[in-house]
Amino acid sequence: MGIIRSLSQLLLVCCLILPAVAAAQVDDSEAQQLLTALAESSFKEKKDVVNRIASSGDERARPWLEAYGDNKLARIESSGEFVIVLKNRGRDWTVESAITGDNLGEISRRDIDTIRVNNALRNELEGILSVIDLKSPDEENRLTAARALKGSVDDTLAERLPEFIAAEESDAVQAALTEALAIYRVEEQGDVSAVATLSGSLNSEARAALQQAQNSDDPALAAAAAKAMESIEQKLKMNRAAETLYFGLSLGSVLVLAAIGLAITFGVMGVINMAHGELIMLGAYTTWGMQQLLPGQPGLALILSIPAGFLVAALAGIAIERTVIQHLKGRPLETLLATFGVSLILQQLVRTVISPLNRTVITPDWMSGSVMINEGLSLTLNRMYVIGFALVVFAGLMLIMRKTRLGLEVRAVTQNRAMARSMGIKATKVDILTFGLGSGVAGLAGVALSQITNVGPNLGQSYIIDSFMVVVFGGVGNLWGTLLAGLSLGTINQLLEPWAGAVLAKILVLVLIILFIQKRPRGLFPQKGRAAEG
Amino acid sequence: MWLTRPLQERSTQIFLGVLFGALVIVSALHLFMPQDSALYVSSYTVTLLGKYLCYALLAVAVDLVWGYLGILSLGHGAFFALGGYAMGMYLMRQIGDRGVYGDPVLPDFMVFLNWQELPWYWAGFDMAWFAFIMVLLAPGILALVFGFLAFRSRVTGVYLSIITQALTFALMLAFFRNEMGFGGNNGLTDFKDILGFDLRTDATRLGLFLATGIALAIGYVICRGIVTSKLGRVSVACRDAEARTRFIGYRVERVQLFVFVVSAMLAGVAGALYVPQVGIINPSEFSPLFSIEVVVWVALGGRATLYGAVIGALLVNYAKTVFTGIMPDAWLFALGGLFVLVTVFLPKGIAGLMSRRSKKDDTDTPSAQEATA
Repeated sequence: MGIIRSLSQLLLVCCLILPAVAAAQVDDSEAQQLLTALAESSFKEKKDVVNRIASSGDERARPWLEAYGDNKLARIESSGEFVIVLKNRGRDWTVESAITGDNLGEISRRDIDTIRVNNALRNELEGILSVIDLKSPDEENRLTAARALKGSVDDTLAERLPEFIAAEESDAVQAALTEALAIYRVEEQGDVSAVATLSGSLNSEARAALQQAQNSDDPALAAAAAKAMESIEQKLKMNRAAETLYFGLSLGSVLVLAAIGLAITFGVMGVINMAHGELIMLGAYTTWGMQQLLPGQPGLALILSIPAGFLVAALAGIAIERTVIQHLKGRPLETLLATFGVSLILQQLVRTVISPLNRTVITPDWMSGSVMINEGLSLTLNRMYVIGFALVVFAGLMLIMRKTRLGLEVRAVTQNRAMARSMGIKATKVDILTFGLGSGVAGLAGVALSQITNVGPNLGQSYIIDSFMVVVFGGVGNLWGTLLAGLSLGTINQLLEPWAGAVLAKILVLVLIILFIQKRPRGLFPQKGRAAEG
Repeated sequence: MWLTRPLQERSTQIFLGVLFGALVIVSALHLFMPQDSALYVSSYTVTLLGKYLCYALLAVAVDLVWGYLGILSLGHGAFFALGGYAMGMYLMRQIGDRGVYGDPVLPDFMVFLNWQELPWYWAGFDMAWFAFIMVLLAPGILALVFGFLAFRSRVTGVYLSIITQALTFALMLAFFRNEMGFGGNNGLTDFKDILGFDLRTDATRLGLFLATGIALAIGYVICRGIVTSKLGRVSVACRDAEARTRFIGYRVERVQLFVFVVSAMLAGVAGALYVPQVGIINPSEFSPLFSIEVVVWVALGGRATLYGAVIGALLVNYAKTVFTGIMPDAWLFALGGLFVLVTVFLPKGIAGLMSRRSKKDDTDTPSAQEATA
């Protein structure tokens, strides 16, 4: 029997591929023994059993002890099986097996014996439960538990903490525990030596403890606390600055993404494309469509949307160029009006064909969540991806414009069309390709935007004015200018936001740009030489 | 005198004749026809026509700067809305204690937001003369400051268009804020009476309609006077060859500034007449879409003709009323298509189709060289 049992357990372990967790488990029969001991021993002995359960390292220990403290750990009279009571109202109680965790359905309460507990034991349990996770073999669990202890350490725990700190292997957990203990010492005992530990801590409990200490009667403690607070404030300020910068850069990279395609079509080609925003929208809708096509695989769909979004937007852009823009060459104001008309048509098309409501685009797992830099600062992953994506797109465009034949021809055609044509460059082909490239990049922007804003028919409209501002601010025809303008406008916007509010910040930025254009009508980096005369 | 000269022109005479004829006919049909007659013009229609006439005046203002000065303003909606808000503030103060909360001084939305007293910029709007001056001054001053900055640093062409659009966009965002004290999202509404006349009576509505018609006539004559004067010829010169005009010795930026401010004031008047007729003014009038729509009215009617702007405004808005009534979804398709078709196939608009005198220089679009410079 024993061999078969252990073999089957081995198999189970292999199947689950969770050797680390399985190693910490106590044998099921051992567990049964422990629980039986708990049920049958006297209150005096129970204390000992509880401690044995807690130190067993089994991950089921916590639910057992929690249930026990709540009077919910029980034994079925007939079979002797231990259960945890999920619902103890009425005649039949819902229970699950304490050993396997299987739901056993409803059982009449007469067949169930609750394991008795008294108040002394409850206190003991409370102490044990607060540190039970500190004994977990998994470092991640220990760290979470240690962090949760900050500010909630009581007298009994404080006595036991030093031994945990001494036994702890991981530096991070040790630091967290030390801090938790220091908070207790500062708060409850007014211990000056503990203040130094808290200096520079970003934990809110630590700050609360120090704040309290600052107002204490002991001048030495108050002074030390004030000093520690100062260092914390300093750190917090840095944190806030870093956070603002991060948000600014992320907003800025969104602006860069939205504007960089425009920097090609408007900046380099000189075509005013008011439908640029709608090309962004098409990119975002492509992402949504891809996810509809590949349900359950949002990550794959997102990656596939990058080429697909580029293609869809590029084709739409080329269609606009062929049908409308090429007939309006040299009449920029008319081009502006006509492409605005195109943007209205595209918006309404999406409203009619898909829906006037916003669509949800799923963020894949590897893009959600955040990276914790320190306790006061964590950066969301999706924005980090957008920043990276913007830089990659920018670098790609730079390469195309600088290093490829197409880039050369584009620059030649925009500088002097007639001369370029007489050198054998097919200007019309270059027009189409350039416009397709700019539009395709707008599609890429849409793919990225689908991860951070709502995907709806008005998506493009909300970016078109900003995009034009970025291009004009950066200096028309200059990709570097667009990058710098986008990032700096994003950062300025975020800097203004805390004291002006989101809307006012946006208004202020617009007014700033309008004033800036008065001062430097050709932007940050004006084109020089022949190209400037266009 | 520059203002009387247009009256001797044949085209102006025809325009004024048609306009006044229409005003008289509509009034007569409204007043003297029995209600069940097919020819009866209801007061709803009268107000609707009044609204169209406001738009026509706005279109004339836009045509003045676009057609004769070469400045494509995508922000005229802002001037229109500012005039409208000035009028709206006067109408708000006229409500007095008849509001929902019955506060004798504060408009309802301020009571709702727990404001204790009237903001300073609301002072004086209980007096009609002050409000009517502000209808001209508010858009005028904005145009003056904005135009001064823009024209001084020679921002023209597409750049100017884009920053005028940014201007109206920024104003829209600002007026959406409750803290601005202009009613936020909901704007100003629930008006009761104007100059002592109840806004809901047919007679007042007819009066407003006639007033709008007369304002359009005066605005048209003023614009016509400007464009036929020496100043007008200089402004056309600025449009077609800005650098050359400057080298000849004209102060281009002053001409541009003057015409721009006059146009903004006309837009403000149009807005002021619009508000009592539709009964509401809210920040959506600042939306870039509205401003750019106005430009397409002018483009459809025919740029640099003035009367074309009126025709375009009336046609497009009539079409909008019809379309949004029978199939609302199709309106944006139609409007978008209109933008494309007019610019690609009808560069001179309906006026260009009608008149055979297209040899005349002032209907030509600016040369490509100037436009991109």
